[in-house]
Amino acid sequence: MSVGTPIAHAAGFIAGDRPEIVTARFQYEDAYTLERFLATEGYEGLRAALAKTPQQIHDDVKSATVLGRGGAGFPAGVKWGLTPQGVWPRYLVVNGDESEPGTYKDRLLMELDPHQLIEGCLIACYAAGLSQCFLYVRGEMALAQERIAVALNEAYAAGYVGKNILGTDFSVDIVLQWGAGAYVVGEETALIESLEGNRGMPRLKPPFFPAAIGLYGKPTIVNNVETLCNLPWLARKGPAAYTAIGTETSPGTRMVAVSGHVRRPGVFEIVNGTTTFRDLIYGDEFSQGIRDGSELKAFVPGGGSAPWFLPDQLDLPFEGKLVGAAGSMLGSGAIMVMDDQTDIPYAALTLARFYAHESCGKCTPCREGGTWLARILERVIDGHGAPEDLDLLLEVGESICPGAFPHAASERLGLEAVPFPYKMTTICFVGPSAYAPIHSALTLFRDEFEAKIRPRTRIPVVAAAVAGGGS
Amino acid sequence: MARLTDANVSLAREMIGRYPKPKSALIPLLHLAQEQDGYVTTEAMTHIAELVGVTPAEVLGTATFYEMFKFEPVGKYLINICQTMSCALMGADELIHHAEQRLGVTAGGTTADGLFTVAHAECQAACTEAPCLQVNYRFRYRVTPDALDALIDDLQAGHLDGEIPPHGTLQRTRQHIPADRAVGAVAPETVTTPPAWVPPAPPPAEATA
Repeated sequence: MSVGTPIAHAAGFIAGDRPEIVTARFQYEDAYTLERFLATEGYEGLRAALAKTPQQIHDDVKSATVLGRGGAGFPAGVKWGLTPQGVWPRYLVVNGDESEPGTYKDRLLMELDPHQLIEGCLIACYAAGLSQCFLYVRGEMALAQERIAVALNEAYAAGYVGKNILGTDFSVDIVLQWGAGAYVVGEETALIESLEGNRGMPRLKPPFFPAAIGLYGKPTIVNNVETLCNLPWLARKGPAAYTAIGTETSPGTRMVAVSGHVRRPGVFEIVNGTTTFRDLIYGDEFSQGIRDGSELKAFVPGGGSAPWFLPDQLDLPFEGKLVGAAGSMLGSGAIMVMDDQTDIPYAALTLARFYAHESCGKCTPCREGGTWLARILERVIDGHGAPEDLDLLLEVGESICPGAFPHAASERLGLEAVPFPYKMTTICFVGPSAYAPIHSALTLFRDEFEAKIRPRTRIPVVAAAVAGGGS
Repeated sequence: MARLTDANVSLAREMIGRYPKPKSALIPLLHLAQEQDGYVTTEAMTHIAELVGVTPAEVLGTATFYEMFKFEPVGKYLINICQTMSCALMGADELIHHAEQRLGVTAGGTTADGLFTVAHAECQAACTEAPCLQVNYRFRYRVTPDALDALIDDLQAGHLDGEIPPHGTLQRTRQHIPADRAVGAVAPETVTTPPAWVPPAPPPAEATA
């Protein structure tokens, strides 16, 4: 198993000789059944949790520093503690709306091991006093929805979900909810709007921090699927075992998808904080280098919204703070690799177009700016660009993100890194995300854009005498 | 046939009952309407408004925000081909072009026999398996033009009827919460105390001082 084992029924997942916190059951073709789940320590974490007080479990999650796996990397235990005292009811909303370009992990967790996710939801509800859970799965994920529906039916029948769980006074309903196609709904306040039956547009924070004013105006915890899937293992083995893996600031494991021009694209559960991008892209147990013997040109380190990295940054570990200082973010665990054959302006367009399309329209800089960015870039690529278009792209970008925008250092260009984060004129990250790929591509590969702009021939205008004109 | 059938009305009532507020059921109910008719009809939206207790305009407002809801008939098979970065890097453009050629439609169009609609799609969360596509939201991975031809042949011949239901159906098994196990949804305004398993909070500091 030292170089990794692809698993046929888990398309893209490659197992390895590494700690497995969330993917241990992927090796079984029937991992999604209650029978297999119970045979592999399933719901043992729930039993362990119920044997403690809610506060003890909450403290365990806090001391284990379980970082949110959705993108922002905020510690789950701290998030749970942000609910205002004495305000009830409180809800759990599970963010299974995975749709950040490059990201592929939550869908695997939902399709292959739905009971693990359900168990994680139960532990979170128990610890944080959440009395109803809504499990929001992306609309386009029919199989994930189906597997979760079946798993919930099994779990209700077996007494793991619902009234008086395992004979205790812990009672919680888990309701399967599914979306209908909108990237922005992955943003937590937009997710709540969608769950209330509205157009999925983000709410302004403050005041609408979900922990304080969330679903139906009540305190609401929104957690990512992978985050919750960590909880059963943590509840079984304890926080010390959890923090023994990874680093102090980034303990445990993370699921990371490597896609694009690599020999072996795949989803890996990696040790958090220590694995480097070089390991992930070139390592034998991971993606085994660039395809067809080409060279690496650039890569996106944390999903479509993340500023790009160059080969200069390969030796950085997969650790949030370090990657932030280097000018990007880890986001949702998605690396997209471009080899030296890549048309960089076009690659940037495939992302800018995505965010322009997915803008919900609430904030003008994103609604108008995102579309402008995509259209200007399109015309540059089509050979209709004017020389001033490149600065126009930056100008439009600055109306979304004023001031210095994060980017990587480059020895070739003599550039210093500008660290994360950026300033923004929009409520959520969709607008800045349309600019990120364009800004990175233009900053790091401006010559490729200039090459697409043909010098224009000026057609001289000559006044001709008009026959028969009056004198 | 465009209002919800009696069987679907009882399903709808069951779904609505799960939420503290009925409007939360809107998106699942719109999916139910789309499953029934292949797309979301105006009559179905009016019916859903009645069931949920909102105006038809509110239902339309929500429905039109979401890409998956179609307001006109589409093909029995909706083929969504991903065009975002990882798929684009791995040949999505060629695949889309091939699909258009093979089916004789441009992206967004439906074949004359009503069997296929081809569309561009944004990232489908299968980036390591690029280029990918979905037929009625069922995945196909690392799709080559030849594999796409074979897929279309199979769909035409009905070989995939067991795996891929007609457009509109997502989950083939629905969640059902048995009455004797359900905690039940409660209007949020009526809850003022912590749930049973949470020990009461200690009295505020100033009260004990």
